Amino acid sequence: MAWYDEFPAMGRTELRDLKNAIDKGFRAWTREHGGTVEAIFEPIKDLLIWSERLLLNTPWPIILIAITAIAWFGSRKIPITVGTLLTLVLIGYFDMWEDTMRTVSMMFVCTLVSIVIGIPIGIAMSKSNLLERMITPVLDIMQTMPGFVYLIPVVMLLGIGKVPGLLAVVVYAIPPIIRLTNLGIRLVDKEVLEAADAFGSSSWQRLKNVQIPLAMPTIMAGINQTIMMALALVVIASMIGVQGLGQPVLKAIANQQFTLGVFNGLAIVGIAIIFDRVSQAYGKRLQSHSEVVHGN
Amino acid sequence: METETAESIEIRGLYKIFGRRAKSYIDAVKNGMGKQELQEKHGHVLGLQDINLTMPAGSIQVVMGLSGSGKSTLIRHINRLIDPTVGEVLVNGEDVCKMNTRALRNFRRHKTAMVFQKFALLPHRTVIDNVVYGLEIQGVDKDKQQTEARRWIDRVGLSGFEDNYPNQLSGGMQQRVGLARALTNDAPILLMDEAFSALDPLIRMDMQSVLLDLQKELRKTVVFITHDLDEALRLGDRIAILRDGAVVQEGTGQDIVLRPADDYIENFVKEVNRGRVILVESVMKEGPPAANATLELGRDTQLESAARAMTQSNVNVANVIDMNGECCGQVTMGDTVAAMVRQDDESEDGEQARSA
Repeated sequence: MAWYDEFPAMGRTELRDLKNAIDKGFRAWTREHGGTVEAIFEPIKDLLIWSERLLLNTPWPIILIAITAIAWFGSRKIPITVGTLLTLVLIGYFDMWEDTMRTVSMMFVCTLVSIVIGIPIGIAMSKSNLLERMITPVLDIMQTMPGFVYLIPVVMLLGIGKVPGLLAVVVYAIPPIIRLTNLGIRLVDKEVLEAADAFGSSSWQRLKNVQIPLAMPTIMAGINQTIMMALALVVIASMIGVQGLGQPVLKAIANQQFTLGVFNGLAIVGIAIIFDRVSQAYGKRLQSHSEVVHGN
Repeated sequence: METETAESIEIRGLYKIFGRRAKSYIDAVKNGMGKQELQEKHGHVLGLQDINLTMPAGSIQVVMGLSGSGKSTLIRHINRLIDPTVGEVLVNGEDVCKMNTRALRNFRRHKTAMVFQKFALLPHRTVIDNVVYGLEIQGVDKDKQQTEARRWIDRVGLSGFEDNYPNQLSGGMQQRVGLARALTNDAPILLMDEAFSALDPLIRMDMQSVLLDLQKELRKTVVFITHDLDEALRLGDRIAILRDGAVVQEGTGQDIVLRPADDYIENFVKEVNRGRVILVESVMKEGPPAANATLELGRDTQLESAARAMTQSNVNVANVIDMNGECCGQVTMGDTVAAMVRQDDESEDGEQARSA
């Protein structure tokens, strides 16, 4: 056999030993520090439980009214509001209310965590080219690594349940908000920034008065993308015990129940559209000052 | 009336080279390396070279030049939006270039205000919220912010537009907002970077008048950048002309029109309405009054007005009086008209006269 017929790979034993060594090392580390890590995520776990209980224990009509009201005050558009109401009614009628509430709760917390972590990272990135060059490849990895792969270490570390699910979702969904915060701030008109400097703004005043407000449309697009990606990961996250619309889908795959899969799939689509339309309309409304142009 | 005293600005030996290793080319530039050579051989851009300017307190200093001459770079050195490669910018004797971050921030907040060519308003804020910006970041209390802002919005003629967004206004109105924002800051130095260049001619004239009216009352130290000589002559107490980053001539409008330093400036002043720039004092004969003169003109009368006055009174000679009302010389109709038309205009005007 010629040398070029097969790639000169590492010997099988060495490769196995390498993998085993890394796994053993990581396992040892998790065994030692698992408790600490769990403790760190305790507050997030509490938040997850609190928001899920809130949505499940509140009588459904109140939730229905509340979400419809949010849609109205966010978008100020009748079609979006009516669409929201209709989608929720259908979800309830087809007996998916509880699962939907679990998913919505998960989405809410995931988005919140993504915003709280993502926006400051995006801001820091916009301030330093070095940081941008360092973080960008990390974001690339986070976005392209198959979702299943980072379920593994998360499960090893935290077991199955809500918190590891949240971690997996956030890792997958946070890149757009970081990227677009960075981009939005970098695109802010240099002249306006110069004016802010000329009047003696401190860097915090510049950020608060000029950069964030002017980057807001882009940041909102990032939040929107983050929500969409989080929803997309719901089914995968259900594999590690995240309750919600993902679990019936998983069950449907296992038992070849086509209709069950489609119903729950459509419910995910439904809330995705609600989230998307409302957040986009809200973002657009924030920019209302740019719509009325002189002469029109 | 403003209570603050105006501040003088002095620029000494200012050089600005753009590029990675700017400092290392300073000596070469000081020894005569030109803009082009620096660019071609070393890939560095010479922004400003050996600028020495004294801008007296309370007057309007115009810096004029074509695009690329370094005028916008120069004005940005005064509030240090750009750091010089070497040189000093002294405001009332204090070097702006040596200030630390905090001192610089305070200097910008309290001593300078700036108006920009493209207005640079905050698009997400209403007119009034734009105008209070300077005071807001100084931490002035809200009520005072509002009263001050409303006062200046009123002064620049924008009452009733307080709650509009900038892009609901025309260019001229937006620049009034820019001006009001700068004036509300109540700073002794007003930096105007091509402030009226983006406006159409009529509105520009209008804004020039607004500025001149305000200046009569406020007596700020104004640095005004323009590429338009007419604007420079109309506004400037003193004018500095910049070319390739160096000052080619500095003086009053009259100095520049009457004694252009070189062909470059000569070319500029060719089309100027001399009757509105040159004053009686530069064509009068000093000495005793003319015995037969019945008309008296101030030293600072423009030639155009002097000629009009003499024509109307039907006289050929007038006495010139100074600010104290004392006579200091005489001026004839002939000299006045001769100064208004350029002596070497044979080529164009002569031919037109012949063909007519």
